Amino acid sequence: MISNNRLTEAEYKVNFSDIHPPYTNVNAALVDANRCLFCYDAPCTKSCPTSIDVPKFIKQITTANIKGSAHTIFSSNILGAGCSKVCPVEKLCEGSCVYNLLDEAPIPIAQLQRYSTEKAIAGNWQLFTRKPSTGKKVAIVGAGPSGLSCAFNLSKEGVDVTIYEKESKAGGLMTYGIAAYKVTPEFCEDEVNYILSIGGIDIKYNMALGTDITIAELQAQYDAVYLAFGVGLARQLSVPGENLAGVVDAISFIYELRSKGFSSVPVGDKVAVIGLGMTAIDAATQAKRLGAKEVTIVYRRTQEEMPCTQVELDIAMLDGCKISWLAAPKEVLGTDGKATHLVCTKMKLGEPDASGRRSPIETDETFTLEVDMVIKAAGQMPFETLVNGSSLNHKSGKVSVEDKSVTSINGVFAGGDCVNGGREVVDAVQAGKDGAASILNFLF
Amino acid sequence: MADISSNFLGIKSPNPFWLASAPPTDKKINVLRAFEAGWGGVVWKTLGSQVKNVSSRYSAVDYGGSRVMGFNNIELISDRPLAINLKEITECVKLFPDRAMIVSLMADNNRESWHELIKKCEDAGAMGFELNFGCPHGMTERGMGAAVGQDPEIARMVVEWVMEKATIPVITKLTPNVHSVVPTGKAVVEAGTNALSLINTIQSVTGIDLDTLVPNPYVAGKSVFGGYCGPAVKPIALKFLTTISQNETTSKVPVSGIGGVSTWKDAVEFMLLGASTVQVCTAAMKHGFRIVEDMCEGLNNWMDEKGYAKIEDFIGKSVDKITHWEDLDINYHITAKINQDKCIHCGLCYIACEDTSHQAINLDYGKPYNTYTIKEDDCVGCNLCKLVCPVDQCITMEEHRVAPEYINWKQWQEQGLPLNDH
Repeated sequence: MISNNRLTEAEYKVNFSDIHPPYTNVNAALVDANRCLFCYDAPCTKSCPTSIDVPKFIKQITTANIKGSAHTIFSSNILGAGCSKVCPVEKLCEGSCVYNLLDEAPIPIAQLQRYSTEKAIAGNWQLFTRKPSTGKKVAIVGAGPSGLSCAFNLSKEGVDVTIYEKESKAGGLMTYGIAAYKVTPEFCEDEVNYILSIGGIDIKYNMALGTDITIAELQAQYDAVYLAFGVGLARQLSVPGENLAGVVDAISFIYELRSKGFSSVPVGDKVAVIGLGMTAIDAATQAKRLGAKEVTIVYRRTQEEMPCTQVELDIAMLDGCKISWLAAPKEVLGTDGKATHLVCTKMKLGEPDASGRRSPIETDETFTLEVDMVIKAAGQMPFETLVNGSSLNHKSGKVSVEDKSVTSINGVFAGGDCVNGGREVVDAVQAGKDGAASILNFLF
Repeated sequence: MADISSNFLGIKSPNPFWLASAPPTDKKINVLRAFEAGWGGVVWKTLGSQVKNVSSRYSAVDYGGSRVMGFNNIELISDRPLAINLKEITECVKLFPDRAMIVSLMADNNRESWHELIKKCEDAGAMGFELNFGCPHGMTERGMGAAVGQDPEIARMVVEWVMEKATIPVITKLTPNVHSVVPTGKAVVEAGTNALSLINTIQSVTGIDLDTLVPNPYVAGKSVFGGYCGPAVKPIALKFLTTISQNETTSKVPVSGIGGVSTWKDAVEFMLLGASTVQVCTAAMKHGFRIVEDMCEGLNNWMDEKGYAKIEDFIGKSVDKITHWEDLDINYHITAKINQDKCIHCGLCYIACEDTSHQAINLDYGKPYNTYTIKEDDCVGCNLCKLVCPVDQCITMEEHRVAPEYINWKQWQEQGLPLNDH
């Protein structure tokens, strides 16, 4: 049965509390910061898509220069606070920390980054000064990580920025698409406000590209346009029964979690989650934390090929989620229009595909899971119709760019998920920086 | 099991670890706790005329997350009444007759005061005296402490007064607040002191509070130079000790080594440079008396491993290994080698060499890990890379002699051999 309000307020609070709690005192941060070797041409920095000077910001914690530390982080990544909570650091900075090569625990870079950036946001430290307005105006579509990063880096240089955002809040997937135990909506709001505090950035909410505005209109009003509208549509399973009640997509499920109170979000007793990316993990763990009795993740390949990190998988496993490896949805069965069973095909691995991973091949065998809810998390699709309606060059809806962010339309730039099809927040932040650099180059 | 007992001018102790004259040795309760913990002896905190202390008294230098790498104090000599000190000394000696009980003295600057103090302490059961010619704060303004130790002739005079009266061994403690400890050391040995101890603390300012702008330690908005000690001063102490051990006159008397001794390894180093016993203060003040357990065990295990049966077997063994620069072998040459299997690619060797030394490390960029190799022809064998490398035995220095024969700087010049070969 799908129902909401399964737990007490206290239980919700525990289940959705910070999964990586911050340091509670300066000494704890110093113990870790002092362990940092201050590597030269540091592997952690080289593994960060935004190239944060990690040794420098950690050294600055040890010298009690927290303002300098926050400045170092934000200079490379204005969403450094949010990234410290959502980055899969185990495959980025912390994954390449040289301590791993000594079989020692890596420096907790994310936690240290959170230490400095949270202080900056809480204290509303103004670490950057906006240059006098140049009179140039740029429109940005989408106030997600890529759009915000681009906006900040343009405004800093004296460009007046207007962001068109289709939702009523900024932050994009940070605000609407990530597990609540990683970042709270309140944190996202604080982070957005902090970014905007540099000035020169105006956000127009509830304005969607294609319905409320067009690229041509923006081009007419602004000196340049940056497209950062992300991806949005959940990939369909294309199996019979997909329209039965109880079959939802992970993006909508998490969106609901982010925009309503936990107690108002309905969840089934027996939930199947299709896919094993970060979003699938966020959906599965949160379904469990909302009170689902059984959660089974259905993934068509093996642990070897899984797109989520081991750390993420461990969260799901520790939450009691089951994993059904080498299984693909074949059909959703239902009674009275409601999903009751998920029929899966057993898979085997074949030759490596374009991603380099061995591709799953169907076998003749099937098995059936009893379910009352199926959450689809098999990836997100680009806004293909939207892009098709413009004169942008694209590949299956992914905007094509040259030199990192230059689109086929003169004066129109793009970056982030709408270009790459959906990657990490930190990748979007870098795309925003690249976009800002291209636009500045175009304008001046 | 090696024998780690010590016999310092007839003053016996079960181990060579004494607590230095300082707050840990200023009353019975501390000293009994120290003896119970296993310390071989104590130098009772300096007795003299009645003084008054201030608050606060200590400050420290922290480094890289470690507390108290260096430590300083502005405390004066014992501020407890002499009679109570003497009574407690007697009680401690009675309870622990097998431990060394040295009493530190700083009488007023006249013969009578010294004679009177010596008599009282001998009557109380002291086994030896240590003359405090080193305290660098407070007492110096009254013409005592380091003010005595800094002037060889005044030090000689006071030691002569002491030797007229004392019937037990006399150790003279030297101040490091001089360009060389040898002149005062020589003067007091000539005046008859039975032994030397060094170093006392070094005048210092440990730091300044960046909010109040007042240096540490803080006393009602002001500070004074404090006596510096702790691990930070050990290298300076070892240098002064070496000069005493190498001088013809001062090397004739036994030495008790002081200055940053925190572990058995530190103690062995002092002993290798000529100290017969060592005195400890800061390490005990940081961790308590229990540190002596590992000092004894570590010394014992090291001696067993090296085949030394008693401490006299190794005392002084490194004294002749410190020579003059001009006698060093110029044909000795080493170069660094990086063990690629151990390297963790932190780049610390590279940037140290590149920015501050001889550009002798090669960098091959990789993502995320660079590869670092030594340019053997450019390496001068300075050790810097090895010193900064965080991995044990990753960088080793390999010997590649320039020529087989020994040649020193003087001979090099005489033969007119080329300079600037690097």
